[in-house]
Amino acid sequence: MSVDAQTVRRIARLARIAVAEDEVEHLQGELNAMLAFVEQLSEVNVDGVEPMTSVTPMAMKMRADEVTDGGKAEAVLGNAPQSDDGYYMVPKVIE
Amino acid sequence: MTELTSLTLAEARDRLRNKDITAVELASAHVDAVAKARALNAFVLETPEQALAMAKASDARIAKGEAGPLEGIPLAIKDLFATQGVRTTACSKILGDFVPAYESTVSSQLWRDGAVLLGKTNNDEFAMGSSNETSHFGAVQSPWRREGSNTPLVPGGSSGGSAAAVAAQLCLGATATDTGGSIRQPAAFTGTVGIKPTYGRCSRWGIVAFASSLDQAGPITKTVRDAAIMLRSMAGPDAKDTTCADLPVPDYEASVGKSVKGLRIGIPKEYRLDGMPSEIEKMWTQGCEWLKAAGAELVDVSLPHTKYALPAYYIVAPAEASSNLARYDGVRYGLRVPGRDITDMYEKTRAEGFGAEVRRRVMIGTYVLSAGYYDAYYLRAQKVRTLIKRDFEQCFAAGVHAMLTPATPSASFGVGEKGGSDPVEMYLNDVFTVTVNMAGLPGIAVPAGTDAQGLPLGLQLIGRPFDEETLFALGSAIEREAGHFVARPWW
Repeated sequence: MSVDAQTVRRIARLARIAVAEDEVEHLQGELNAMLAFVEQLSEVNVDGVEPMTSVTPMAMKMRADEVTDGGKAEAVLGNAPQSDDGYYMVPKVIE
Repeated sequence: MTELTSLTLAEARDRLRNKDITAVELASAHVDAVAKARALNAFVLETPEQALAMAKASDARIAKGEAGPLEGIPLAIKDLFATQGVRTTACSKILGDFVPAYESTVSSQLWRDGAVLLGKTNNDEFAMGSSNETSHFGAVQSPWRREGSNTPLVPGGSSGGSAAAVAAQLCLGATATDTGGSIRQPAAFTGTVGIKPTYGRCSRWGIVAFASSLDQAGPITKTVRDAAIMLRSMAGPDAKDTTCADLPVPDYEASVGKSVKGLRIGIPKEYRLDGMPSEIEKMWTQGCEWLKAAGAELVDVSLPHTKYALPAYYIVAPAEASSNLARYDGVRYGLRVPGRDITDMYEKTRAEGFGAEVRRRVMIGTYVLSAGYYDAYYLRAQKVRTLIKRDFEQCFAAGVHAMLTPATPSASFGVGEKGGSDPVEMYLNDVFTVTVNMAGLPGIAVPAGTDAQGLPLGLQLIGRPFDEETLFALGSAIEREAGHFVARPWW
């Protein structure tokens, strides 16, 4: 399988990465090189093979459903590019 | 008196305990060495004041008889580990001047045990790379050079800064992380020891996530013993990481130098590649002979799905990365590039904040997870992963205790030499290490020789899950024969 220029633009959009029109061809080449490389997996017989979900057998750990941390709004917001009055500030989302 | 920077971690520990040296002397010597080695670009942030303050506190604890297992030992921390109050960037522009309000579990355990922070080391951006050339802070230069040549060489990656810092004797050990070979490949390139423990042995909490089902932390050190000492402090259960194993941590150092008599060592035939340099082949044979002479039994084994590990990795790892890196949106931390609306802001921030390799992997990951392609790529890769793991399990079930392979298919190469036009060329560096991540097993790289141009080469030992102890025993058996490899300073 390989991707065309339109697909490259669609992936970029899904990944929320702006791609300039003059970068599309180059990216298409790189992505197709990677896809060509992984293509060899199609020769493996995977009939009846379970997909891996956990590399080591382990049961999901549970803990009591209780508050163990919090009250650190200042620390949480400390690295925000823009914040005000305990909120992250972003461009207007709803008109 | 020997130069303090040429001591091993174990030697320094013993001399501190005997009060032959002070932690402040030891830290000062390393702080000076770091400052003199800026040409390597191994550190992206130096913390000399913090180092000296921590060393002073260590001296006080030693005086009171309260020394921890790593008391006064100066270490470097890969910039992928969150360090409270100390800038942490994963060497990406998108994290900008991020200063964590918390400490990663692994580094917090090092400080708990008395270690001293020298600074943060360079790495490939978000640990995506095999040469440390994708870092936003620029490439690291290896302390090693080919005989009679001034060509700058790569230290390997992604933990290139950590490996270079240890090899150049700027620290007594460094933390690193390994998703497809990022501890073992740079260790092999720089003549240092690097161990990637079993998945779940070290907590991933507070480590910038790349591919969560593959990422593991481990140390890079000068010797096998030093790696054993450091891993003991780094490993252990952590309620903050649900994938972290609830298993006690053994005294790994006790395994160093232990007899390997009677151990069955698998030699996987699939690791013999066409066109592999004869020096690698020779070193591998030599390693086999060393282990045989030490009383181990060698058996030929087959891991038939080996060749599919790297392609499967380049589906699984980018898929997980695309998901993990979705958090970098310019809202909560790091870089923000203004846009017309919020989507435009996301897209511009991520376009400017991610380097070329990260962008490529996020896009491939997005594609293989997208509707209509998930089964063909991601699901198939996860099935192949099951088969890769099964190969190992069958060998272990047949009585094999560990495997011996080369760590890398070549020695280090020149800065800018690989991966320029075809990204896959760079990926092939990890062909021997990536299988281990895919199967969640422990693997150690131990220096074992040099190539014709005097560059270090490493052997890899692969162990059973949570049997790092056997790897330390075998690794020290190889080290005993191969000796140590120290770069001649040019910086």
